[in-house]
Amino acid sequence: MPSPPGTPRHRASSAAPWQPYRGKGLGIHAILIVYALVAILPVLLIVMNSFKTRAAIFTHPYLPPLPGLFSLIGYQTMFERAHFARYFANSAIVAGAAMTLILLLGAMAGFALAEYRFRGNAWVGLYLALGIMIPIRLGTVSVLRIMSDLRLVNTLVALILVYAAQGLPLAVFILQQFMRQVPGDLKDAARIDGMSEYRIFWLVLPLVRPAVATVAVFTMIPIWNDLWFPLILAPGEATKTVTLGAQQFIGQFLSDWNAILASLTLAMVPVLAAYMLFSRSLIRGLTTGALK
Amino acid sequence: MSPRLRQFPFHIIVFILPAATIYTAFMIYPLFDSLRLSLHGVQEGGVEVFVGLQNYGRLVADSLYAPRFWGALRHNAIFFVVHMLVQNPVGLLLAALLSARHLPGLAVYRTLLFAPTVLSFVIVGFIWQLMLSPLWGIAGGLLRGAGLGAYFRPWLGLEGSALVTLSLISVWQFVGIPLMLFHAALIGIPDDLLEAARVDGASGWRVFWGIEFPLILPVVGLVAILTYVGNFNAFDLIYTTQGALAGPNFSTDILGTFFYRTFFGFQLQLGNPVMGATVAGVMFLLILAGVLPYLFIWQRRIAVHEL
Repeated sequence: MPSPPGTPRHRASSAAPWQPYRGKGLGIHAILIVYALVAILPVLLIVMNSFKTRAAIFTHPYLPPLPGLFSLIGYQTMFERAHFARYFANSAIVAGAAMTLILLLGAMAGFALAEYRFRGNAWVGLYLALGIMIPIRLGTVSVLRIMSDLRLVNTLVALILVYAAQGLPLAVFILQQFMRQVPGDLKDAARIDGMSEYRIFWLVLPLVRPAVATVAVFTMIPIWNDLWFPLILAPGEATKTVTLGAQQFIGQFLSDWNAILASLTLAMVPVLAAYMLFSRSLIRGLTTGALK
Repeated sequence: MSPRLRQFPFHIIVFILPAATIYTAFMIYPLFDSLRLSLHGVQEGGVEVFVGLQNYGRLVADSLYAPRFWGALRHNAIFFVVHMLVQNPVGLLLAALLSARHLPGLAVYRTLLFAPTVLSFVIVGFIWQLMLSPLWGIAGGLLRGAGLGAYFRPWLGLEGSALVTLSLISVWQFVGIPLMLFHAALIGIPDDLLEAARVDGASGWRVFWGIEFPLILPVVGLVAILTYVGNFNAFDLIYTTQGALAGPNFSTDILGTFFYRTFFGFQLQLGNPVMGATVAGVMFLLILAGVLPYLFIWQRRIAVHEL
């Protein structure tokens, strides 16, 4: 809600330094608007130009796809040459399955660490937290060996397992913090009613929904965007993810600007749409210190 | 109840074991196995022999590996320094601006500024390849518009500028992370504290450096260590824009791309898992050398300071 200038009524105590504050307000907006343009303009240019003819891309790069400039030729080429529908399905399966594993198993472990005092509790917590700082990529040589021993190379299962292992440490860590804040009375009452510990877990889980949502977004983005493991563990045509598919497709069509712009747009739009949809809760999760 | 306390409760195992198993099998075990492998050589027939630090010696001294290795290490350092000098200060500046009280349009700004961070390295790499392309002329056109057309160069294609350009592209993408972490810390500072200083007549600048910045020091440390670790994950961007050979003439080769080529092989070079594991071992040690002091010195000192 933009408040009209000249109404210094926000807060009584800030009345005194208000005057210098106003000029500063303009400066703040100027810098933020300039940077917002830097952040968003490249993305907008790609999306806009993906809907234009080849000539228009070069003659009028800054205009929106007006009639006369409009063309879908890039999308046509792309759908003829690449299996983007399959790539999307692969990415969705991998990200969905890995996330389910991360959230469910992470919540279970987080619950146990937060709820029970047992011998070695702190050590188990520390052990599971080690992976937060160390990139799993450093173990790639052995991951590839394991996957080829298990005959999982070029399967989506290999990606799901690796991403689950990669996402679990942070998930356990964050969910554990939130599980600790669930009041004990509730669980004690449930225990007196004779509920099993497993039922109590399912009782607690909905109470930490905001934390689960935050963890979901944080683990989803790097999985969806990863190039390294698809390239090494599942480069086959049948198991390509969107990120790998886009990388290779664009690499082959470096002179076909329409096709490049179209495939970039298509690879980007689902992520950006999901981001716009969840950005409020994502940013709230970030700013309320879910990562502390 | 009391006799049951003696034995380890079964349900705790049920809760922890699945997560611990996946994590151990596909993360911890591979990390250790890879370190173990880096201390071995493979003879004909696939027999592994313990060779001590010999592979590490080859990495830093053998003419087949050493020039590329030291180059990649130097490039990683430059990549890191650019992030520390540009990404984190810009993130701090934007966070400070966003944290001004009653800022109209806060939600819109936050959404826009963080948007590049959710994109993949691959997309970001291609976007900037197009933006900076002399063929399309977006960057050149904008510079000409500002009267600076003479300064335009195909930066990604020149040995002298490709690495810094890529670092700045990565900054463009990831500035959202320090931005959000600093922003969260700044809005967490109680208002009365700042109000008191303002009533005493302190300028915004002095309030920021005298009160707010010392209070968010723990986050400064966190951002620095995240930047440091992220530095070793930058493979995707370079591979996408410059290829596995990190051109021109290896000028953008960092440990990530060097690791990939060493272990997986590329074109004429045959892959070598043992030497790949050795490169990963060096990266592992470098990360530990950053993370351990952070955990044991910086965090502890800051914690004491706050009390």
